[in-house]
Amino acid sequence: MTVTTIIFAVMAIFTLGGGLGVVASRNLFHAALYLVLSLFGIAGLFILLEAPFLAAVQVLVYVGAIAVLITITIMVTRRLMGPVESLNRQWPVAAVAAALVMATLGFVLVNQFSGISTAPDVPADGLTLLGAAFVDPAGFLLPFEVASVLLLAALIGAIVVARD
Amino acid sequence: MIPLHWYLLVAAGLFSLGLYGVLSRRNAVAILMSIELMLTSVNLNLVAFWRYLSPETVNGKMFAIFVFAVAAAEAAVGLALIISIYRNRQTVIAEDINILKW
Repeated sequence: MTVTTIIFAVMAIFTLGGGLGVVASRNLFHAALYLVLSLFGIAGLFILLEAPFLAAVQVLVYVGAIAVLITITIMVTRRLMGPVESLNRQWPVAAVAAALVMATLGFVLVNQFSGISTAPDVPADGLTLLGAAFVDPAGFLLPFEVASVLLLAALIGAIVVARD
Repeated sequence: MIPLHWYLLVAAGLFSLGLYGVLSRRNAVAILMSIELMLTSVNLNLVAFWRYLSPETVNGKMFAIFVFAVAAAEAAVGLALIISIYRNRQTVIAEDINILKW
């Protein structure tokens, strides 16, 4: 059992335990905190996968922006957070469906991809390649611009919808 | 190195938890949080496949970054909708938001 394995196990426990907390805690505010734990676990897994830039973006975008936004929304709409029933009537069906999806995915993934435990080295200038691909007309320039338009539309749309 | 399918199993587990949350929670904010879990688990899949199958290209990381952008846009618009509905109906319980139902 190497150090990498232990780190992977800890991060996987953070991720899955946080996910379980999100769907299982009755108090929404606790669920938001568990969400932050889960997203930090994912950032740790990104570092293990040698994608440190993505780990930084994960912390900035998910933990820094989305989790804070969710927390503020929970505080603004807090009146209904007492001992209200947090699950709807169809939750047993939902649990069965999620378990079936997990079983199917697990079966297929283990069948198809077990045994791959070595990989080529990551290029040392990976971030430079990523930045160059963003502005390369033969690469990802057009999707990059489309993503910019999407973000602008979301920005304006959120302001218009939330304004009173 | 860690075998590839361990990462895939963690991502599949997180996706299933998110699916259960989306289908079973009543609060709209909790449903949005579960959707974030599903999006981020897909990201973990993308990065794991990039690392093990083609680390010399940038495509896997690029897809993950676009998923980040879409997730940010989705969270902003979704939470704005929830705040707007709360202002009009004083509820964020998904079953009670039935304005479009007849």
